[in-house]
Amino acid sequence: MSKITLKNLRHSYLSNPQSDDDWALKEMSVEWSDGGAYALLGPSGCGKTTLLNIISGLLTPTEGEVWFGDVEVSHLPADKRNIAQVFQFPVVYDTMTVYNNLAFPLRNRDVNESEIDWKVREIAAMLDLSDTLKKRASGLTADGKQKISLGRGLVRADVNAILFDEPLTVIDPHLKWILRSKLKELHQQIGNTMIYVTHDQTEALTFADQVVVMQEGEVVQIGTPVELFERPQHTFVGHFIGSPGMNVLACELDQGRPVYGGSAVETTGTVAVEDPSARLEIGIRPEFISFADQGIAVSVEKVSDAGRVNIVETRHGDDIIKLLVPDGGHVPSENAFLKFDPDHTQVYANAWMVS
Amino acid sequence: MNKTTYQKAWFFVLPVVALVAFNALIPLMTVVNYSVQETFGDNVFFWEGVKWFEDVLNSERFHASLLRQLMFTGIILAIEIPLGVAIALTMPKKGPWVSVCLVFMAMPLLIPWNVVGAMWNIFALPDIGLLGHAINGMGIEYNFTRQPFAAWFTTVLMDVWHWTSLVVLLAYAGLRSIPEDYYQAAKIDGAKPWAVFLHIQLPKMKRVLTIAILLRFMDSFMIYTEPFVLTGGGPGNSTTFLSIDLVKVALGQFDLGPAAAMSLIYFLIVLLVCWVFYTLMMKDEDQ
Repeated sequence: MSKITLKNLRHSYLSNPQSDDDWALKEMSVEWSDGGAYALLGPSGCGKTTLLNIISGLLTPTEGEVWFGDVEVSHLPADKRNIAQVFQFPVVYDTMTVYNNLAFPLRNRDVNESEIDWKVREIAAMLDLSDTLKKRASGLTADGKQKISLGRGLVRADVNAILFDEPLTVIDPHLKWILRSKLKELHQQIGNTMIYVTHDQTEALTFADQVVVMQEGEVVQIGTPVELFERPQHTFVGHFIGSPGMNVLACELDQGRPVYGGSAVETTGTVAVEDPSARLEIGIRPEFISFADQGIAVSVEKVSDAGRVNIVETRHGDDIIKLLVPDGGHVPSENAFLKFDPDHTQVYANAWMVS
Repeated sequence: MNKTTYQKAWFFVLPVVALVAFNALIPLMTVVNYSVQETFGDNVFFWEGVKWFEDVLNSERFHASLLRQLMFTGIILAIEIPLGVAIALTMPKKGPWVSVCLVFMAMPLLIPWNVVGAMWNIFALPDIGLLGHAINGMGIEYNFTRQPFAAWFTTVLMDVWHWTSLVVLLAYAGLRSIPEDYYQAAKIDGAKPWAVFLHIQLPKMKRVLTIAILLRFMDSFMIYTEPFVLTGGGPGNSTTFLSIDLVKVALGQFDLGPAAAMSLIYFLIVLLVCWVFYTLMMKDEDQ
């Protein structure tokens, strides 16, 4: 086991990429520490799967290097990389029994049968598949099949990392939760590096210690779920994580202090913007806005009940500002003032955090 | 389970019943009618019972043509199915060449049977045909109008040329429907190409191959036009397959009774083989 390092990675599916849009993955350098539980989060088509396939060796990157520990593996084929991958659609070998499915990767690597037997039974027990070992794999339900796909990765003793490519897409909702806890449990048991691709923020935030957020082929932020929530480095992270997402409001800068709607907005830390023509915005999550006696004047437009909280939509000029009010909290009927929490108000220049 | 009885529904099935009756049942019944009677024309019939059936089943001539038919079908299936799968595996997966290959593959299928027979007849003529001349040029004596083996060789080659494409197209469609995930997973599992074929491609092609085998079985078992034009069933009786023999009996000798009995037996053999084969192939699917 070892850490995975991506150095100056770039990938394009075109043979002769010209403009920025031709790159499925824009230049990135990422380190995945050994034994970490990572989630790769982003909307569909942002390059998550491409990145995953580069790590597993199914794709060779156009530029840059992939290192496992001290070994460069950029040009090693997938079966030589000690990587296991679970795909969106469960892959089982229909004609084989569950047992033979699990034994398949070991048999391909000429492991002796007694060791295979021992290993297969151990993994089957871990995944609650022991009862089905003699059954044909094609007869199992989708979650059972997905467990087999995972099991084929786990039986190999040499696996560096297990990669998951939206593995719960075809699983029933009530089983999703069970499988996800199973994954978390396995991670604690065997301590493999796990990288989990998903576009579902709940899945990402519950599974991972570190979440890598991607957008349009770029890594926009790597951080713990708390960091992503409290200090989004990019307005996209603010939008994408949290429900409802962060309020992003166009602002101006007056002597290094952001001004919104004619009044200065308090933030902690200083704002340094180098490019004077940059598009400036402040970002504040609905969780950190409250009604006050004075501040930003708004009119209350809509209140929706989201269980323990109410989502209140207010309007200031052309901007819609959303805030959360706990159930039973007071919501003014028409005109009101808002107060932003200075600790959680960030300033963004061209969508990147500058405060 | 409680089923609702709604007798009026039969009424709506009636048009289909009528249609099937006109295009299948009634013609078949006339054959049945001939198969149990003797006629000397003028619409005069004498009841014969199962005599014609007994005659046909005990006739050595029928046995011989049935055996030839089984051999022919066996040989062409043994060649066309593996060859078709092999060609489908080597065809490009994407890019402009896909359509080029598909069009080339489809071409033999578009040629009418009698034209195929005529083409191969000329093609294989030992004196002026390209194929016949070339084989003789290599020092091998070849004349499909005189040597039974040469006649068989030419007939089989013609059928392979005409129909392998069908297997290719079906197998290719089956292969294309396998999600990329399977190949990627196999790569990660370290599977060798042979294992990928055996455990992924072949099982995933099972349904289309079942259809391919059924179609090729039925078509080749009932083959008539091509060998008729190519060899006329000869030399001697060496390429007289069932349908050629049937036509000889029915229209050559005008033995309508035995011919009708033979048709029915022929029909039942095709039906039985298809049913047994299909049941066996689909046995696992239901589980």
